[in-house]
Amino acid sequence: MREHRVLRFFQLWPQTGAESLGDIGFRWLSGCCALLVPLLILAIFMQLLYYSIPTIKTFGLGFLFSQTWNPVTQEFGAASSIFGTLISTLIAMLLAVPLSMVIALLLVELAPPRISRVIGTLIELLAAIPSIIYGMWGLFVFAPFMADYVQPALGNTLGFLPLFQGPPMGIGMLTAGIILAFMILPFITMITRDVFLLVPPVVKESAYGIGSTTWEVTYKVTIPYGLVGVLGAGFLGLGRALGETMAVTFVIGNTHRISASLFAPGNSIASCLANEFAEATEPLYVSSLIALGLVLFIVTYLVQVLSQMMLRRMYRAWSVGL
Amino acid sequence: MKKTLCLALTLAFIMGVVGLAQAQTMKINGAGASFPYPVYSQWAHKYKELKGVEVNYQSIGSGGGIAQIKAKTVNFGGSDEPMKIEAQQESDLLMFPMLIGGIVPVINVKGLKAGELQLSQELLANIFMGNIKSWDDPAIQKANPKLKLPKQAISIVHRADGSGSTWLFTHYLSQISPDWKAKVGYGKVVSWPTGIGAKGNEGVSANVKRMDGSIGYVEYAYAIKGNLTYAKLENKAGKFVAPSIETFQSAAAYADWKSAPGYYMVLTNQPGDNTWPIAGATFILIHKTQPDAQLAKAMLEYFDWCFNHGGDIAEQLHYVPMPAEVVKMVEASWTQEVKADGQSVWQ
Amino acid sequence: MNRRPPTGRRLINFLVSGLSVLASLLGITLLGWITLEVIYRGLAAINLDFFIKLPTPPGMAGGGLGNAIAGTLAMTGLATLIAVPLGLLGGVYLAEYGEDSRLADNSRFSANVLMGMPSIIIGVFIYAIVVVPLKHFSGYAGALALAIIMLPVISRTTEDMLRLVPNTLRETALALGAPRWKVTVLIVFRAARAGLITGGLLGVARVSGETAPLLFTALNSPYWFRSLGEPMANLTVTIFNYAMSPYSDWQQMAWGASLLITVGVLALNLTARFVLQEKK
Repeated sequence: MREHRVLRFFQLWPQTGAESLGDIGFRWLSGCCALLVPLLILAIFMQLLYYSIPTIKTFGLGFLFSQTWNPVTQEFGAASSIFGTLISTLIAMLLAVPLSMVIALLLVELAPPRISRVIGTLIELLAAIPSIIYGMWGLFVFAPFMADYVQPALGNTLGFLPLFQGPPMGIGMLTAGIILAFMILPFITMITRDVFLLVPPVVKESAYGIGSTTWEVTYKVTIPYGLVGVLGAGFLGLGRALGETMAVTFVIGNTHRISASLFAPGNSIASCLANEFAEATEPLYVSSLIALGLVLFIVTYLVQVLSQMMLRRMYRAWSVGL
Repeated sequence: MKKTLCLALTLAFIMGVVGLAQAQTMKINGAGASFPYPVYSQWAHKYKELKGVEVNYQSIGSGGGIAQIKAKTVNFGGSDEPMKIEAQQESDLLMFPMLIGGIVPVINVKGLKAGELQLSQELLANIFMGNIKSWDDPAIQKANPKLKLPKQAISIVHRADGSGSTWLFTHYLSQISPDWKAKVGYGKVVSWPTGIGAKGNEGVSANVKRMDGSIGYVEYAYAIKGNLTYAKLENKAGKFVAPSIETFQSAAAYADWKSAPGYYMVLTNQPGDNTWPIAGATFILIHKTQPDAQLAKAMLEYFDWCFNHGGDIAEQLHYVPMPAEVVKMVEASWTQEVKADGQSVWQ
Repeated sequence: MNRRPPTGRRLINFLVSGLSVLASLLGITLLGWITLEVIYRGLAAINLDFFIKLPTPPGMAGGGLGNAIAGTLAMTGLATLIAVPLGLLGGVYLAEYGEDSRLADNSRFSANVLMGMPSIIIGVFIYAIVVVPLKHFSGYAGALALAIIMLPVISRTTEDMLRLVPNTLRETALALGAPRWKVTVLIVFRAARAGLITGGLLGVARVSGETAPLLFTALNSPYWFRSLGEPMANLTVTIFNYAMSPYSDWQQMAWGASLLITVGVLALNLTARFVLQEKK
């Protein structure tokens, strides 16, 4: 009975008639391959957890809240890395989400189909460019641009805010956030466009029929209709931004410090791993880095799950295959 | 899909053939300090041309070098932080010095040329403490009355990775500034009061070069190769000196290797009028018990070549090579301590 | 559109429309800025030596990144070799057998999660399970990390592409008495060929620009590789190291490598698009 249930769970029980040996073999083989992916995620989680045990034992929950990161005295706290991850991601999301919404709006509602296709393709290509290229560009082209123009301008106008104080180094939290925004912009735009496209034309047309403007249709019909999907797209972008390594490592400044100023250098979990992982000597140091990885894993996992659930709910509701 | 598969298969096949054809060449892997990397990379390049042996040294920082030799992921590690003999024994490691060089403060301030800026011990510590925030600070101006210093914020660049250069630099700062010793201390990684982090001597040089108003610390060869402006420092004798192979040599002269168990040697803040204050030796770490006698022998032959024939390359890059009597001591330690299958590798 | 007085509503509409045009222009400008910069700075580094020579120590003239190009090709090739069969079969299960079973659901969900997983975490994972036990960095470890990143991409596109194959085709073949696996391999695969190639190409494109998972698995090396069992040069880690260096000749090499990677990835993407459109 139990065995039967297990087999049914895997859908490996032949449904009709007798299957040939080849069929059963093929079914099992492909089933195992499908099982590989969830097993991998489980294995990654177990590995990270296993290596984090010394850190959890030594620092407990305090690990998450301590700002100290001192390999000399063997004291480790994740607060500055978590802070940097959150702030750079927040900047990226604040910039990228509204921008990608309006671009998606242009692609779906405003532009003639041909132009829309060309722009769409270009933006998809932008999404395919590897993050290290953004990093290169960020370091050599964009950071000097920030240091020479943007940061002095911000410092002169908004310098009374602690957010925009300090030497304009070009490298720092703000630059990292903006590069991240550039990275996730095409990605969110693409999904938002797909969501907008899925809104049935009938719904939009009836709104146009009663004299609504394009913006009103988008704002009052398309967005509410596809809200779950748009949120899902946002969360997917959020997941990307949280874990992005190379683009951030180049420009964030790699410093374990929490500063009020956005001009100041900082650190994200991913950039900290990229910089310090290969050279950590002591077991506790390695363990603390892996614990940082665990934090990142859990956060991105939750974000992914949320976004998957939202997108799935939307697609289900509209009965379109994912 | 088939095409992709075909392509991948062909590729794998070619890889296999290449692998079989050339599997015989000796290959030695090392990783660690970026401080001596300019020399190590040129030595390896030359040695490959001469003997065909490939030495792959990755410049990942001293911290990484120690981690990886302990984890046995490389055949030798490089570090600028000397390891105490007890720690060496604990991990079955043998450490020996390879070169002596100097850590140099480098600056990027418009209008200032190499060696024009003079930093006293107090100024150096205060700048890196974050107490002096601008280049036209009266304290700097007073010490350099002839210079026209701009009104520009000071951006500190320090190492983000575990670094022997950081160890040397902070070890020196701890000696000259009680405040630094109490608040920051010394190590391969410290909690810097201010500034941005960069990876390797390479990263610090690159950042200083890129950012106006910045100051960092690198091995002298990086300052030269990167065309960076260095500052003169005040040494223990109270004299301002410029970095050069002579001032490093003057520091190296105080190294008494004979009475240094496990070659543990720190050369910061040495006496002498013409002594560069932040000099240091860079070390190689190898396992005393070698798994592969042939590889171990090839590795020691390479180091032997570096000691005996690498001096010119080192001096061109402003490093001080090891004197002959130290080389003799080191090679005697090899014979005594480095074993494979219970046999001495170096006869 | 019927004539209406220019009310606030129309003004807002006009503003938003303008904004969206501006935003799109910004996106395109960005793409243009990045690609032009990469091409402009990269072309200066590209010559024949770039493809066939070994890198030289800083300050020595000449040299190229031949070993890194070979390393990237080899690791991507091996990763493809691992990920394509596994992903293909997994996709077959999702489309042909599992459908709405719990396993299929879980697998699909996990594949989506794995696709969004930061690649550096995959690197840490491989470091822990491959590099630490074997005690050295290796091309195998790098390839394995890349394969894990590629696997969900292949599996999900395979499923999508197989689902596009009309059921009547399967039924016809089954009715003729062919066993299901033969139907899948010989008929469904053939019908979905363009889609599967696209999936493979996109998978390769996805991993060929990856850096984070290679940083502490494949590491780097200044020489040609003899086997995959040793630290291996690759383009992306070389870009990272060279970009962070203060030497202008190395930085130029990094731009050359960036150009190569960008061109490669964009070409793969465009080919994938072309293959799919050709089919349609």
